[in-house]
Amino acid sequence: MELSKISAKLALKAVTAVDITGLSVDTGYAGDLLSDVLAHAEPESLWITIQKHKNILGVAAAKDLSAIVISGGIVPEKDMLDAAQERHIPVFTSKESTFILSGKLFLLLNEHDL
Amino acid sequence: MMEFDIQGGDFLNAGESSGVIKEYMKRIGLPHPFIRRVLIAAYEAELNVVAHAQKGTLHFTMEEQRVIITVKDTGPGIPDVERAMQKGFSTASSEVREMGFGAGMGLPNMKQNSDTLTINTEVGKGTEVIMEFML
Repeated sequence: MELSKISAKLALKAVTAVDITGLSVDTGYAGDLLSDVLAHAEPESLWITIQKHKNILGVAAAKDLSAIVISGGIVPEKDMLDAAQERHIPVFTSKESTFILSGKLFLLLNEHDL
Repeated sequence: MMEFDIQGGDFLNAGESSGVIKEYMKRIGLPHPFIRRVLIAAYEAELNVVAHAQKGTLHFTMEEQRVIITVKDTGPGIPDVERAMQKGFSTASSEVREMGFGAGMGLPNMKQNSDTLTINTEVGKGTEVIMEFML
């Protein structure tokens, strides 16, 4: 499913200006343990996490993740967002919890409308 | 061959070498699943140096049918490699754990994603990790 469509449906707030045209999301992964995400996330996943430091970008890049969503109303710092911009990794934020976002994403990807 | 310096404790810049390696492997057209294997292992190895050592280096070598990543550090060394290879075993600080590292998955991830993993380590001196990835 198109990332732009998912972003709209989940009411995600884009905090980078990375162009998401043509990017798609096949599945999702929720987790705050970076090694776990490195080991288990699938390429083209939407990754939902409460981590907000720069290393999440390394994980997203290594795994070819489609985008990162920082959940729970956590606000990332400009430093990280600048680095994300530079590396063309789209980052979003949401006030919703990881649980709620994951549930909604699962429904969307399995063709249940919200 | 490419060489990168790794600074112990510098989590903010960790992963930059993996970024450069990724671009290079993409440019020369290596298959994506192969690139991912190399990156996961290289990133974990680099993070180990950042989390445990004062400083280190990462070497990337591309040969005709394989990639070799060598990560060398002047750190505390690993007293019990067999134990360190077990999933979930970690000696990372609580500060490191809060960042989402130090879950005892680094070495297992490196082993799973490489074709061969060699660890040469001496307590008090440092550690050298050599990983080979066959194309």
